[in-house]
Amino acid sequence: MSTSNPPTVGNFACDAGTLEQLLGGTALTCPCCNGPLTADKLARLFDDVQRLAQQKASNGAGPSDAAPERRQAGIIIDPHAHMISRTTDDYDAMAKAGIVAVIEPAFWLGQPRTNVGSFVDYFALISGFERFRAGQLGIRHYCTIGLNPKEANNAPLAEAVLDVLPRFLAREGVVAMGELGYDEQTASEDKTLRAQIELAKEFDLPIMIHTPHRDKRAGTLRTMDVLKEHGFDPARCVIDHNNEETIREVRERGYWCGFSIYPQTKMGSERMAALVESFGPERLIVNSACDWGVSDPLAVAKTARLMAQRGVSAEAIHQVVYANALAVYGLNGEMREAHWLAPAAIDQRTLYEGNSVLRGGQTPRIEQPGRPVDELRIT
Amino acid sequence: MARASQRIRNGHGANALLDGFLALADDWIARATDARGLAWFRGAVDDVVHAAGDRALGIAIGLAPRRLGKADLALTAEDAARAAALRPGFDPRDWSVDQLARVALMVASHDGDNAGFAARLDNFCTTAELNELIALCRGLPIYPGAALIEPRAREAVRSGMKPVFEAVAHNNPYPGEIFTEDAWNQMVVKAIFTGSSLWPIQGLDRRANPRLARMLVALAQERWAADRPVSGELWRCVAPHADAEGVAALTHAWDTGGEKHRLAVALALWHPAGVASNLPFRDQIGPFHARLTDQNIAWRDLA
Repeated sequence: MSTSNPPTVGNFACDAGTLEQLLGGTALTCPCCNGPLTADKLARLFDDVQRLAQQKASNGAGPSDAAPERRQAGIIIDPHAHMISRTTDDYDAMAKAGIVAVIEPAFWLGQPRTNVGSFVDYFALISGFERFRAGQLGIRHYCTIGLNPKEANNAPLAEAVLDVLPRFLAREGVVAMGELGYDEQTASEDKTLRAQIELAKEFDLPIMIHTPHRDKRAGTLRTMDVLKEHGFDPARCVIDHNNEETIREVRERGYWCGFSIYPQTKMGSERMAALVESFGPERLIVNSACDWGVSDPLAVAKTARLMAQRGVSAEAIHQVVYANALAVYGLNGEMREAHWLAPAAIDQRTLYEGNSVLRGGQTPRIEQPGRPVDELRIT
Repeated sequence: MARASQRIRNGHGANALLDGFLALADDWIARATDARGLAWFRGAVDDVVHAAGDRALGIAIGLAPRRLGKADLALTAEDAARAAALRPGFDPRDWSVDQLARVALMVASHDGDNAGFAARLDNFCTTAELNELIALCRGLPIYPGAALIEPRAREAVRSGMKPVFEAVAHNNPYPGEIFTEDAWNQMVVKAIFTGSSLWPIQGLDRRANPRLARMLVALAQERWAADRPVSGELWRCVAPHADAEGVAALTHAWDTGGEKHRLAVALALWHPAGVASNLPFRDQIGPFHARLTDQNIAWRDLA
């Protein structure tokens, strides 16, 4: 898709927009099928050639042309992923695609819980076993704790959950309160949101906001108004699940602006790339929000590749798929780059069996055409 | 010592082990952290001692690594001796500073009521984050009312998280002292099954028993049938109680095993009287025993 704003031109000068301008009204024909060769198709061909050339250069010439600040290019944080619903294959694929860390926000589970014990077990699970499981598969796992707006509508249960939250908020690996916000924008949801904003202040935690699917724009604005009313610093808060209708105000008010690349309902990868092109990377954060629904744990990695193909600069991509998430979710010190770049020996021994250095040299899973026959063997 | 005496002054009742442990924790944390970290730790202990509910304890246990870091304690031989003198078998040599603080905070919450303490420990373990759970389980040999906390120790052994299992099973005198034979056997077999090690388990030789030997032989046979490797450590618990099937398994292990595996079988057969004489390969063991002695090979080298 070409846009009215010419995309940032880095290594990929042959993007669709530029080619369209270049072609003007000229019609090109495909040499093999005689069909019309559009700017889009031509851009993809050029891009493939360019990638081949780059691969060859990096295989042959070594790392000398890579600037130091680009050394970590290709590593990704997925700051919104409901991993308890995903398989070990997903973790494996994510690790191979360059994802070094995930954040698991507390949310509902597809159907409502009926007692506070279910929440206690859930909070223990996402800060306990899931953290262990991710570590075994080479990915660092962090979480957010909070009562989601959907289940806030069971008022007696909401009270009970709010009572147990403090036990979990000072935890290791807890990087924010979330997902907080509105679903139907009821009085119960409002009360629960406000109580939790105060808890976040008390425990010095950032907040991850879930914005509603229905009446999204109004709900998003209302959430920001409530945060302001409680004096919560926008620089410590991510408003998530944004779209073209909400990005402008969310950013203008100083919040971090999350986008969930989630098929059919939330953001798409091409739309995301276009947003980064037109708005720039500041305070934009890409996530997958993968869960039990039709969703994609590689959504962030795929979006990063798509942005590269469209000519978004490596720096901008790094910012929206890694650095911005680390900046805000690293605020309380529980998530640090050293955790995956230089894991402590004791962690490697007990929890974390990944090796980020090795992983950097592996072929991203999404580029592999298919699994070799050997992988059919289960030993 | 200031902390320990304060606990007693606060009327929580004298308990030599708990007070001794808190004094030791105070010393080692003072050494491992800066003035700010130490002040936080002492303040947190005071809060826990004086608190009415569990909120202060929960927050302090959560914050410990953020306030104190997660460095290894790096204990000296004298430190280790002091720990063992306080509590036989207590071996905190691979503890980190945050783990020590978490156990100390839990211990500080003891107000003389062992049943209440066991309930609190159970509740905290139920809701614990991964690293908290590892730390709390490492404290088992220190906690009062050893029999009352046995269900929690068993639960940790059932954990699917290997470091939680090892927090109970390894370098810990608690299971060897408290677990029934069935519980003990489950723990040892699980260690082999999950690819953990036996050598850090305390009391392994003392608590070997015929039923455990049979369970381990069955595990070895299962692994062989699946064409999967078996840890040579397993024979250590089989040899002293090998029945006819055990002898056959030892023989198969000897015949099919590589050098390292044969060394393990040889080491397992070092002490048990009677068994070696039934073995068809008994005449071949001598040179392996000589190697074990000459090269000073121990179980940890054969894991």
